[in-house]
This record gives sequence, structure tokens and C-alpha cells, in this order.
Amino acid sequence: MTFVANFSDTTLRKAVRVVAKLPLSFTVNGEPRQVFVQPWQTLLEALRDELALTGTKEGCSNGNCGACTVLLDGRAIVACCMLALEAEGQDILTIEGLAKDGRLDPLQETFIEYGALQCGFCTPGFLLSARALLNTNPAPNEQEVRLAIAGNLCRCTGYDKIVRAIQAAVEREA
Amino acid sequence: MRPFTYAAPQSLQEALDLLAKANGTVRPLVGGTDLIDQLRQRRKTADVVLDIKRIPEMHRLEYVAREGLHVGAAVSCADTAAFAAVRELYPAIRASCLLVGSVQIQNRASIAGNVCNSAPSADTVPPLVTLDARAAIVGPRGRREVPLEEFFTGPGQNVLRGDELLLEIVVPPPAPHSSNHYLRFIPRNEMDIAVAGVSSLVALRPRGRICARARIALAAVAPTPVRAKAAEAVLEGHVVTSELIEAAAEKAVEACRPITDVRGSAEYRKELVKVLTRRTLRHCMASLGQPLES
Amino acid sequence: MATVSERKKTRYIGKRTPKYDALERVTGQALFAADLHLPGMLHGKVLRSPHPHALIKRIDTRKAEALPGVKAVVTAADLPPPERAQGMLGGELLISIMDLRRLTIAHDKALFEGHAIAAVAATTPEVAEEALDLIQVDYEVLPPVENALEAMSPDAPLLQPDLYTKTLGEQPERPSNVATHSESSRGDLERGFAEADLVHETSYETKMVHQGYLEPTATVAHAQPDGRITLWTSTQGIFGIRRSLGHLLDLPLGKVNVIPTEIGGGFGGKIYAILEPLAALLSRKSGHPVKIVMSRAEVFRATGPASPTHITVKTGAKKDGRLTAAYVKLVMDAGAVPGAPIGGASLVCLAPYKLDHMKIEAYDVVTNKPRVQAYRAPGGTPAAFAVESHMDQVAERLGIDPLAFRMLNAVDEGDRMTDDRPYNRIGLKEVLRRVAKHPSWTSPLPPGPHRGRGLALGFWAGATLTSTAHVLVHADGTATLVSGQVDLTGTRTTMQQIVAEELQVPLESVSVRVGDTDSTPYTDLSAGSRTAYSFGAAVHNACQDVLAQLRVHAADHLTAQPEHVEYADGRFWLRDSPDQNVDLVTVARRSTFRATGPICGRGTVTRLQPAPQFAAHVADVEVDPDTGKVTILRYTAFQDVGRALNPTQVEGQVQGGAAQGIGWALTEYYHFEKGVMRNPTFLDYRMPTSLDLPMIDCELVEVPASDGPYGARGVGEVPIVPPAAALANAVYRAAGVRLHKLPMTPEEVFRARQATSAIG
Repeated sequence: MTFVANFSDTTLRKAVRVVAKLPLSFTVNGEPRQVFVQPWQTLLEALRDELALTGTKEGCSNGNCGACTVLLDGRAIVACCMLALEAEGQDILTIEGLAKDGRLDPLQETFIEYGALQCGFCTPGFLLSARALLNTNPAPNEQEVRLAIAGNLCRCTGYDKIVRAIQAAVEREA
Repeated sequence: MRPFTYAAPQSLQEALDLLAKANGTVRPLVGGTDLIDQLRQRRKTADVVLDIKRIPEMHRLEYVAREGLHVGAAVSCADTAAFAAVRELYPAIRASCLLVGSVQIQNRASIAGNVCNSAPSADTVPPLVTLDARAAIVGPRGRREVPLEEFFTGPGQNVLRGDELLLEIVVPPPAPHSSNHYLRFIPRNEMDIAVAGVSSLVALRPRGRICARARIALAAVAPTPVRAKAAEAVLEGHVVTSELIEAAAEKAVEACRPITDVRGSAEYRKELVKVLTRRTLRHCMASLGQPLES
Repeated sequence: MATVSERKKTRYIGKRTPKYDALERVTGQALFAADLHLPGMLHGKVLRSPHPHALIKRIDTRKAEALPGVKAVVTAADLPPPERAQGMLGGELLISIMDLRRLTIAHDKALFEGHAIAAVAATTPEVAEEALDLIQVDYEVLPPVENALEAMSPDAPLLQPDLYTKTLGEQPERPSNVATHSESSRGDLERGFAEADLVHETSYETKMVHQGYLEPTATVAHAQPDGRITLWTSTQGIFGIRRSLGHLLDLPLGKVNVIPTEIGGGFGGKIYAILEPLAALLSRKSGHPVKIVMSRAEVFRATGPASPTHITVKTGAKKDGRLTAAYVKLVMDAGAVPGAPIGGASLVCLAPYKLDHMKIEAYDVVTNKPRVQAYRAPGGTPAAFAVESHMDQVAERLGIDPLAFRMLNAVDEGDRMTDDRPYNRIGLKEVLRRVAKHPSWTSPLPPGPHRGRGLALGFWAGATLTSTAHVLVHADGTATLVSGQVDLTGTRTTMQQIVAEELQVPLESVSVRVGDTDSTPYTDLSAGSRTAYSFGAAVHNACQDVLAQLRVHAADHLTAQPEHVEYADGRFWLRDSPDQNVDLVTVARRSTFRATGPICGRGTVTRLQPAPQFAAHVADVEVDPDTGKVTILRYTAFQDVGRALNPTQVEGQVQGGAAQGIGWALTEYYHFEKGVMRNPTFLDYRMPTSLDLPMIDCELVEVPASDGPYGARGVGEVPIVPPAAALANAVYRAAGVRLHKLPMTPEEVFRARQATSAIG
């Protein structure tokens, strides 16, 4: 998959802006998807604007808040710091895909039960960071939980109830 | 973001051809955690973004006896830190990889990206410098290796030519009876850029307590990562004592040419270098099982 | 509304019922303003001043307009003339409509870095951004006024040539950067100081900080050809936005419909209109819906952070610890136009202390910074940082335990607030008694060097304002609460509890709907710790209205007089013959399809008494002596909440407020260099991460409020008031240095220790 061109010429660059959408095939929430994106579109923009998956949030656009956290082949990443085309052939899980077959993920359940969300804007990112943690470490201690979500900022909760909710989900999954 | 094109060549040759032939600015991309923000903020421009992650050679992660560790340019910090040989032999590399940004960033960012971004504050660089790591560079004239210590020429500047790519970082096997540590200081406990960072390496003479070799490298206190050679000289050839560590910590400050900015004042950065040099050296001695005499 | 002094047994009130709107938030379905997409929608971007202070000589937008894809460019010239731009807008901080007009888009002068100069609507964000580059602005750069003390000096450059100090004394002859000089006093200050055995004076400084809500400010506007404007926006108060738009765009209120989207945090920072007028102008000019979403850097530079302050405190005390007099001088930086929270700071600063002689002077000063907005108990955190640090020093000089000192001087019911209103029932002493018995205070510090414990108090009076609610009863006996009250984090949850409690129906039978300005009656904004308290009272009243209406229908059904009808648990019966009864569903159905029509209960309150809130925080810290870094080992927040309507929600407010206060105390600040903010990212504007905070233990004290529903008090704001002082007091004990400035960054603590050891 190579797209070679030289668009240093301004006129051409303007033309590109209008026409240069390229195909992207990847798996999103378990389903194969094909969309057309511009080379400079981030994965975040592709998810939100092309696939209308607006549960992934944009809080800072430079990887410092974690609101756009999604799972790439099972690992937590920030979708604002990745070009959409980099996801070619890969597997993305967004918040919209966390509940399976109409059943909430245990983390979603415990976030509700423990009051681990207030405004809810950062919540999708926290859930996915926590999911990635529990996928690889089924029995994390408090420090490990805090480390796993340290790339996600929350301004409403002081993290207390988020940490407790993740710990409760650990027990539920045990 | 300003428009650019995207290329993801599948072979090294294809990538080098593209670099050689493209007009305009080509920006190699690995994790994107620095580059994409720089493009968005217009601190950098690109006509072509060259994704090197589909090139097989860039994914080499291997420890070869006598040669040492090879970390391909596309290997993430998370994968580097998790690699068995890194866990066993290169604790400072592991520590620094786990300090780069958050979990999300570590899953994308690579040592090579950290190196090529060439920020004076790059966390992965000081341990590599203390270990005499080399940057393996490929270009139209073949492969060349540059000691990492000589790789950086200024903030955001390095010796890479426009038609070259960083292929991998090669780290020699650690010396026997040696210990290596990295500490950085940040105001929070996560998600910060180092105000100052120090990596120390101490190698003892066989069956002795005398320091055969000391390496101290500093981050965020000069236009490039720097070695504190005067501080190293304080230790080499001597039994390392508390006093000697204090003297080395004082000497390390001489290698600093820090700036005052939003992350800290020059004076404070010098103080931190002292503190971190002392702490990393003490850690090295402790992990070598050497009680410090005063 | 009746005083609630005896606690009734409740079914839902006081219970940890699940958050009403949690499901849509954990599944990514909740729609925030940036998530909206309308057919034909354009993307708006704003050109902002790179200079903190500059005259705008000329703006040329022709090249931008000519760029393909650009559909509209607006500047100040597109605003209607200011004839209707009169009056003041409320909120937590007041702002004049003329100043709001000036802030919306710079007229002839840029007043801060980030001040809007022009705005563009285009088919894609990239085109809009490129168009911004093509707008040519000629500036004449002026020297910036960087802080309030500098602004007050007679030779400082003036931000506004028509600004004269408002004061109770003589009217000034010359314009000034001081917008207001206010005074409140009681007794005879000189006499009070003369009676003292000890007079102590200290000064403090705090910097500009931001609310730090995670959702960047965003709005969508759609101007219809008939002149109507619809706005979908992230705001704490839809009616305030409507009124602002009416004034700024010269529209009758009925022509502006404001629809609240979900709001990703506000904390006082999403009250006045910022993007809304620009989006509306762009939509009007282009004929398309226009969405504008701020970048994080724009949020920092161009919304409304919290006021930086310079505070001096002087007190007199007897040897036994009794305070005889207190004087506080508050200099508060409003940013570009007047309106710093001098009222809030004046109320908070001496609130916990019984004083016969006191005086507070406050200055509202303009500088070349973004205009401040409210931030959770606006003015309270700096005021308490100053006074609570000061009181610790006084107690220490007198050799009295800091808790005992506060207990000795604590106010009680009947004592007076700083504005001379008498306190009704308050829980300060109960809070202090709880602290005195609690392990967070009584147990020894965990062993280790450089550790210390600090205590500080906090106060917030709370707003009441106007609240309106409707409760509809459907034909099947279920009910919906309808209002224009924006739900910041828990309103729907708590109000569902109140409706279910009052109508005595299952929680699941009650839904809650936040409507728009076209379809709901006026209700004030969600701010000032007023929502659960004042809006809760309105909901309570609406439910009483529903029950009264239902009772009439039930009486009709039972052929009896309404006053003979009793109601409980979904059933009406005759008091004298309980066998004659009818269930709620039947009454609801009959009222809907027959009889006199559907049930719609209305509740409104305008004159609730305040329900003052006190809190005390206790912090244990460790200070790294080499680097100055502060680590919090333990943190406990005590707070009189009156009645915790939903303890989970209340704890969330307490923990969130404490966390923000901790960030303010330790790491957060705007780093300005010559009026330009150098750290407008979440990387360098350091909000606490999960690794920077301990668990925050909550001790809820319940001293019922004199008014309002179930004895509840507002809970949202007071938790941000004590943290900075509690930490400063703890750092003092841990590291032996007294920090007089926020934030107490590692470098500041380190320098303070260096300075002390240089003296020692």
C-alpha cells in the first residue's frame, strides 16, 4: 500500500484537499469496514466524522488527556495521534463496541454502580484504558490500576470512584 | 491539519527510493505521538508522511550474544520494555521506555521516534548514551552507525540526512559487574516532560570494588542530551563512596547548560541534576551489592 | 417552604440510586455539542489576537472570502449596533452586556492574547483554517498590563479609556483599570486591634487557573431564513445564552431557541456566551448551520479562567486565642473587562470566624488577560488559602492547636456573615467536632521524615435565584419532570429521586427531560451550588401541585370533597372510609382522557433562604527535601451537606472539588510571559492525574438547612475552597516553610526551603 506523490505545488495541494480520499479497510468493533479518508485525517477524525462513532471524544488533540482512547489490536492508544491510514488491516475497538451482544462489559456495570462518572466526557476513554489493563493483567493492585489510567484525565471525580469501579470489575471477572 | 500525502512502503528499498526522489519534505512516521501534533500545530510541515511500520526490518527486536540488543525503529516502547532481554539486562532502558508518556503513548511511541525527535528532554536517550548505544542509519550509500552520543546536534536537530532513515538502535551487551539506572524529575507523577533526567552506569573491576567505568548522561539540561564526563572521572579508578558520589553530583552540574522555561528555571534544573545523579549512583551501587562507605 | 427539622423516613431520598443518565455515558451514546452533525453544516474557526494588547488598525478579509469553500467571514462590523446591548448579565459573576459584546469579538482593540478578531465558516475545518491565514490584520501593539498590582499603578496603560472606578466614596475624575473598589465592615477596626495581644499581618498571591473541563467549548448555530436562530450548545444556563444572543444580535427572546447538549464539565466556566454569537453570525451570513469547536489551546486562551489574586490579611487576637479584629484586602484580576469574583471572595474570607470588628476591602481590576469566569466557589479558594494559612500562623504564634483555635472562634446560628446577613442554621461547629474525633486528625502521622498534617476550613453561601419545574403525569400513571435546568452531573438523578419520593411511585416510573428555551419556562443557570437546593425545591413544589390536582380528580371519582381524600403509595382513599379508593393509574387515565384534562404540576421558587455550607479538609503530606515535591499521603474532606440526597453523587462532588483544589494548590497555573500564555496544553498546564491523588475520604455531616428540600444544602462548590490552605498548612509542618504563593510547585517549595536555610 504505497501512495507516492509530490504535492509541494500549492495549486495541486488545494486540489488534493478536495479529491484525495483514499480507501481504508479495517475492523471496527468486530465488523469489517471500508471508508475513504484523507491522508491527513487522524484515526479519531475518521471514527467520528466518517463512521459517526462519536463516543470517542476529542479533549486535547495531542495525546495528553486520553479522551480519544481506543483499543488497537487490544492495546490502548490515543486516536488523535494516529493517522487513519495507519489503521489499514487492523482491529479497532471503540466504546460503541465494548458491550457485547446487548450485555454491558463488567466495567460499564461497575462504573454505573460506583458512580465512577459525572459529566461522562472522559468516561469512554477510561473504560477502554481499563479494559486494556484487565485484558493483560486480571488482578491489578491499586497502583497498577492508577498507572493504567494515568493517561486519562478526569476533572469531575478525583479518580476515587473510577479506581474503585475498576477494582470492583476485577472481582466481578475473577 | 495541512494536507500531505501518506506513503507506507513495504520494503526498505522502496522507502529509500521514495526519500531520494520525493520533492518537498518527507517526514518518517513511527508512533506519531510527537509528529502528528507537530504537524497539527504547524511546528513542522510535511509534503509526504512516510510510515515505516510496514517495513519488516524496522520491527527487529533481538538480543544477540556479543553484539547486544537490536531495537528496530518501529518497535514500540511498550514492546521494548516487555522484551525479556531488556527486562534482564537493561533495566534503565526498560525504566525509560515506561516513562515515555502514558500507557497509550508507550503503545505507539518508539525509541527511534524519541531519538529522531531529538528533544533534549527525551527520556530514552540518557540510558542509551551510558550504554554506548549506536544509531544504525540506512541511506542511498548503505548502512552507517553513529554513536548515539554524537547523534544530536541541537534541539530537534540530528545528524540524519534527508535521504536517510534510522533503522535500529544497537546497544552493546552490558559490562559484567555493571549497573545502570535512569531517573527523571517531573512535577506530577505522570504525563510530564522531564525537567531534568539523569542516567548513571557504574561498572566495577572484576572481583574488585573499584569503579572501572562510569557513565553519566543528562536530559533536559542542555540543547542536546549530554554526558557529564567530569563527573564520570571523579568515580573511575576509585572505590565509590558517599563522598565521591556527592563530588560526582556536584561535577555533573558542570555539564549542564540549561534554559529557564515553563518547565523549570535553569538554577532548579542544576539542583535536580545534582539530586538525580546522587540518587541514580546510589541505586547503581545498591544493586551491585556494594554498601557505601562514607 | 416548610422547615425540615425532623427527618421523615424516606424511600429514595438519601439513597444511592443509580445515575439517571449513566447508561448512555458508558456506551458512548450521550451527545455533546461537538458530536452533532446537521445537513449542510459548515465548520467555523476563529482568528485570535496573538497580542495581549493591541489596537486594530485594519482587517482585510477579502482573500479569505475568495478562498473556495469559504461561505462566510465575520468581524465586529457584523454585529448589530449596540443599542440594545444594555444592562448586566448574571450568573455567578456579573458582566455588562457592552463588555460581553466587546469580549465576543474585538472591536478596535485586542484586550488579551486569544481575543477573537474574526471568524470564518467553510465547508471543511482545513479550509476554514487556511482562510484564517488569509485574513490580514494590522495591529498597533501596545504594552500589556500583566497583573493587577501593576494595573493599579497610576502610570499603567489603560485598557479602557471609559472605565471609572465604582466606589462608595467620591466619584473619580480620571479613568482607571480599577473597575470597583468595595468595602464591607462591622464594628470599629482600630478598637479591635487595640484590644489584641497579638497583631499578625501576612500577604498571599495566587495565579490564573482554569476550570479544566474535559469537553472543549463547542456550539452549533442554525439561523433560519425567517430570522430565528437555533443553538445547540454546551452551557450551564440556556436562558442566559438566549438573553445574551437577544442583546448581541438584536433579537426578541422568542426568536432564539437554545437547546442544551450534554455538557462535558463546566465548573462555572460555561456560563456566558463565547462561541454562540460568532456561530450565529456565521450561520446568519452563510445560510448554513455552523459548528465551532475550540481547540484545547483556545479553551485556555479564550474562555474564562479563574481570577489571579493578591490578598493581605491582618488580624488581632487575645492570648486566649479569641480574635478581636480582622482586616482583609483583596485585589482580584478580572482579565480584559470588569467582573472579578470580589463578592464571593469577600463572603468566604472571614466566614467561619466570629468577629465584632472587621473590614474587607476588595478591588476588581482589569488586565490584558482572558476575562475570568466563575470557577467553583468563585473567589473562595484564594480567599481561604490566604485566611486559613494566616489563621494557622496566628494559632501557632499563640501556641494553640489549630482545630481548637477555629472551634474557639467559630460562628454559629445568629452570628453574621461578612455582608451582615445573619446565619440561619449552620453546621460549622458540628463539622469541627467531627474532625476532632476522626482518625484523620487524631491518629499520628504515618512514620517518616518530612511529613506534616494540615487543616483548613471552607465556606460557600450558595445562590438560590429562580427555579421552575413542571411535572407531567401520563395516562398510565408514570411521570416526567420537564425543565430547562441543565444537568451538569447529577441533576436528573437527584430530581428523579425527589419526584419518586413525593409522588410515592417507583423510581422507574419517573423520567426527566431537559428541554430547550422555547418549550420550558425560565429557570436560572446550573451554578452556585443552587441546583439541588433551589431547583429541588421547585421540583418538590411541582410534585405537591400534581398531588393537589390528582386529589381533585380522585375526589370527583369518589364523589367526595378533595380535602377528605388521602394519598399514599399510588392509591387515593376517603379518610373516613378507606374502602372507597381509587388507584393513581385510574385517576391519571381519567384526568388525561376525560374530566378536565391532563395533569401538569408547576413548581417555582424565587425566594429561598441561603443554606450556607461549611467544610473542613485534613491533608497529610510528605515533602521531598531535595526536590521540593509534595506528595499527598492522606486526604479527608468533612462537609456539612444538610442532607445527602444521594450520597454517591454528593461524595462525587466533594472528591471532584477537592481534586481541583489540590491541582490549584500544587501544580496548576497560567504561565504568562509578557501577557502571552506559554503553557496552553494539558502537558504543561498540569492537572492532577490518577497518580497524583490519593483516595479522597468523605465525611458527610448532616445539619439540616433552614429551608429547601429535606434539609439539603448545596454541595458542589465548597469542596474546592479548603484544599490549598490545608496543603499549605501541611507543607509548613512537613518542610518547615510557609508558602505564600500558589501553586506550591516543587520548585517553589525548594526555593522557599533554600531561602529559609540561608537565613537559618
